[in-house]
Formats: sequence, structure tokens, C-alpha cells
Amino acid sequence: MTDPARDATAGPPGPAIELRGVSRDFRRRRTSLSTPPPVVHAVRDVSLSVARGERFGIVGESGSGKSTLLRLVCGLDRPTSGELYVEGRPVHDQPHRRLRWLRSTLQLVFQDPMGSLDPRMRVRDIVAEPLVAQGRRAGNRERVVDLLERVGLSADAADRYPHQFSGGQRQRISVARALAPDPDILVADEPVSALDVSVRAQVLNLIDEVVEGFDLTLVLVSHDLSVVRHVCDRVTVMQRGELVEVAPTEQLFTAPEHPYTRSLLAAVPDLQTALSGRTARDLAAGVRGQAPA
Amino acid sequence: MSEALQGVPALGPVGGPGGGAAAGPLAVEGAGRRRALNPSLLIGGSIVLAIVLLALVSYVWTPWPPMRVLPVEPYQTPNAEHWLGTDRLRRDVLTQILVGARTTLFVGLVAVGVAAVVGVPLGILAAMSPGWLGQLVMRTNDVLLAFPALLLAIMFAALYGGSTRVAMIAIGIATIPAFARITRSGALGVMASEYVVAARSAGRSALGIAGRHVLPNVAGLVIVQASVSFAIAILAEAALAYLGLGTPTGQASWGRMLFEAQTTLRSAPHLALVPGAAIALSVLGFNLFGDGLRDWLDPKLEGR
Repeated sequence: MTDPARDATAGPPGPAIELRGVSRDFRRRRTSLSTPPPVVHAVRDVSLSVARGERFGIVGESGSGKSTLLRLVCGLDRPTSGELYVEGRPVHDQPHRRLRWLRSTLQLVFQDPMGSLDPRMRVRDIVAEPLVAQGRRAGNRERVVDLLERVGLSADAADRYPHQFSGGQRQRISVARALAPDPDILVADEPVSALDVSVRAQVLNLIDEVVEGFDLTLVLVSHDLSVVRHVCDRVTVMQRGELVEVAPTEQLFTAPEHPYTRSLLAAVPDLQTALSGRTARDLAAGVRGQAPA
Repeated sequence: MSEALQGVPALGPVGGPGGGAAAGPLAVEGAGRRRALNPSLLIGGSIVLAIVLLALVSYVWTPWPPMRVLPVEPYQTPNAEHWLGTDRLRRDVLTQILVGARTTLFVGLVAVGVAAVVGVPLGILAAMSPGWLGQLVMRTNDVLLAFPALLLAIMFAALYGGSTRVAMIAIGIATIPAFARITRSGALGVMASEYVVAARSAGRSALGIAGRHVLPNVAGLVIVQASVSFAIAILAEAALAYLGLGTPTGQASWGRMLFEAQTTLRSAPHLALVPGAAIALSVLGFNLFGDGLRDWLDPKLEGR
């Protein structure tokens, strides 16, 4: 499905996404007249680069700044300071109307399979939305059917409404919509955390498959380490707005360097620890004890 | 007036048998969305439908020529010739009620139309524009909301003279805040949803999001508000006509009839009772209809 014409003009070689010292502060509501309003540093001085074709994972507990970082990368929010480039083009200092190119280059898959599809729109219109929004009218009908089939749905799904589908199917629709403008980068924000365990693997495999088939760069955000391990080449761990560790997936899982990464890994329940009769409390205490300074 | 009345049935399909039109995409097998029409909706819908029919019938048939002084006795009580009697000016009361239904619906329709056409975009604007603009819109709205609809209408009527047109526009303006408010609250919910983020990241403009996502998703709320406001508008029109600030003499209006009947309240009480009952019944009908519609639409809003 890759378009050779586009590959030829795929821009200068270099990272798909590059962040240089990106921070995003949020000003809280003033609590008193005499003190300045408190500031929340959601993302602090993050620098990283994601290579073309790479599958990059971001893990961290809730509140660690994953979603804020994602919003910045997608050009939905602007950093307080720092520079952000997608495919070598600046995003950090551009007004929304100058980011139209980004809307076809980079697409999102969301967490909530219910909330990310407009309940009043037919699947046909949902999937075609990026095309219509970018002024493409011709051939949308065929493209929607192609895409639906590509993500494992039948063509007659196009005329139905989101609530007529299961959570897993809705995520498939979401993936189809993301693929519609033929993006280079796919950003998935907790794509399976709202799904039943039984359909998680299917959706993950689908993402895996389209990233492969469409030659995409993937940025996957999850709080579930096993998901990241399953899909990603390289992983970063976020804590309180900072990247505490960036490492190839296997290295991170087998030889984590940062204590926080270790505690995260230790918190993943596995059969061995469960059988050894240790409780969650023991685990937490043990991890803290083991963590070197 | 006729073009306005042709618009009236547009309200009908929402509650009547045409409810299926609104329910079409929702009444899907297996989705558990098929719900029985509740009693409020049924009773309210029937009353609304009946009033619409009365108004329509008055165009093709009235028992006596409308608004005509007849060569008959005045102050007749209901009888075989004049089912609801005749008034001081020897006019047939039933005929006036029928023709008055047109005025009632017309006023309600225009007032609600004005309120919705101005209020809904304002509400969406307030929800979508962050910061001072949204605040400005809503605070202005609050000021307007502080005026009772009737008081505002009386002010307008005093300024521009009493006529049906002034009355309905004044009622409409006074109803704008209700629409702006309900639209804003619904739109805020829509704006917080991920499908709006998806639309933004797909490159939709703000206007595109407003039209394609916000408006369809607040439509249910607005329809409910419209039917409740319709009842208020009917009441306000009657009150204005009663005060001599609305529909002028010589035109049929239920409020006007009430006003003219007050001098003979003791000798011919039916002249006040009949239009009074018509007003009460139609207000009840639209209120029930609105309540029923709200209940009927609500579970779906939650079920998303």
C-alpha cells in the first residue's frame, strides 16, 4: 500500500520525531493573592529522537506526563520551551493552521474505544474524516472500504454506527481512520488498555501488522509493560515529567538501569512471584529495599 | 403565516409516530436501544399534535366565518349552533379558538426559532472559545437571563408598540439565554471527548468540528429545550395579549380573547374559561412533551 511517489519525496533522512529540551508547564488556578499561582511541570526538559520505522514505547504510571508529551508531539498543544520536530519540520512554534501537513503525516489511535468515535456519525464518515478534513473528496468511498477490510472489518461496517461494534472492533475502526490519510507516523495512546484481555492481543497484532505493512513509525504509550514489550523496539520510562531511562526493549526488561524502572518491572505480576506466596505489600517493600541509591 | 405553519409539523415527527426518524440509527437490534415511549411523551405529543391539527383545520374549515360579526345574539352559551357560544361582538368562540391556535403556534415557532438560531451558535461559541470570549458570552447571557421573559417582552412592546411580531421577537430574545446555556453545557461535554481530539488531529477546522461533531451531538438537548420554551412562549404571548401589548384587536389570539372576556367574567364566564383552558392545555402539552422527550433521549446520552 506504500506509495512509491511519496517515498521518493519522503523528506531528508533523519529522525521521524525529535524533541530537544521540551518542557510543558501548566499554571494552576491562583490559590492566594500574595503568592504566584502554582505551576505544574507536566513535561520537563525531555530530549529524545525516534528514528524512521522505529517502534517506540513510552511507559509510566498515570500522571507521569505521557499524555501531555503525546499531545505535544501531535501538535495539539505547544511546549512551554524546547524544540520539537516531526520529519525534520518544526512543530513547536507553529500555529495550528500551519500544521496541516502534520495532520496527514501523523495520526492517532486513542484509548477509549467508545469516546474516540463520534456516536452520531456512520463509520464511513468517521474513517473518511481525515480525508474530508484535508479537502480530499474523490475516491473516499473506495478507500474507506479498502481500509475497513485492511483492519479486518467487512465493507458493510461502513454504514453502521459506532455503538453497534464491540470495543475491539471500534479500535479497528480507529486504526482505519488513522490510516486514511496515509500517514508516516502512528501514535497510539493506550490503544488496548480499555479492552478485554481476550481482544487485546488481536488489536496489538493489528497495530503490529499495519505498522509493518504501511511502513510506519510507531509511538506507543502504555502503562502496561507487557504491551510495550510485545510491540516496541525501544522504550522510554517516564516519571514526573522526565525520561528516567531510554533503552532497547530487551535491555530495559532484562537489565534495567534506573531504580524506578526496576520498581515498575517488579510490580508486574508474574507466576513465579505469585506462587512464592509473596503479597503485593511484600513486593513493594522488597523493591524499595533492593533499590540502590 | 402559512409558511410558518407548514414548519409546525417539523416538531411533530420528533414525538409522533415519526419518532422513528430520530430513533432510526439508535433503534438497532441487539444494542438495547429500543425504548417504549413514556406516558409524558405520548400525552404531550398527542396534545401538541391536536393543536397543530386545529390550526391546520382552521385554514380549510371553520364553523363560522372567522373574525366576522355575525347576525346572531351575543353572549350565547354553548349550543348546537355555536358549540362554544358567541362573544360580546357576536363572534363564534370556537372559530376564534381555531384561528387563535394559528397565532399561538406561529408565535411559539418564531420565538423558539429566534432563540435557537441565536442561542445555539452562542452556546457553541462559548464552549469552544477558551478564556475571555467564552466568559464574555456567558456573563452577558447571565445578565439577559436575569430578566424574566415577560418583563423583557413588556419592555419591547412598550418601546415598539404592541403587535404580534414585536411580541414574538421579544419572547424569542428573552429565550436566547436558555438555549445558549443548555447548548454550552452540552458542547463542553462534546469538546472534552476524544473524537474531537481525533477530529482536530485529522485537521478539522474549528468550524468543521462545530458543524460535524458539536451540533449533531447537542441537537437532542436543543430539541428538548425548544419544546419547553415553546410552552413558555405560548404563555408569554397570551399574557402580552391579555395586557394589550401583543396581538391587537381584530385578530384572533387566545390571550386576546381572555382579555376581552374579563369585563363579562360574571355574566358569561365561558368566554374566559374556553381560551383559558386552551392556553393551559397547550402549555401542559408542550411541557409534557418536552419532559417526555428528555426522558426518552436521556438514557442514550448516558449510554455513550
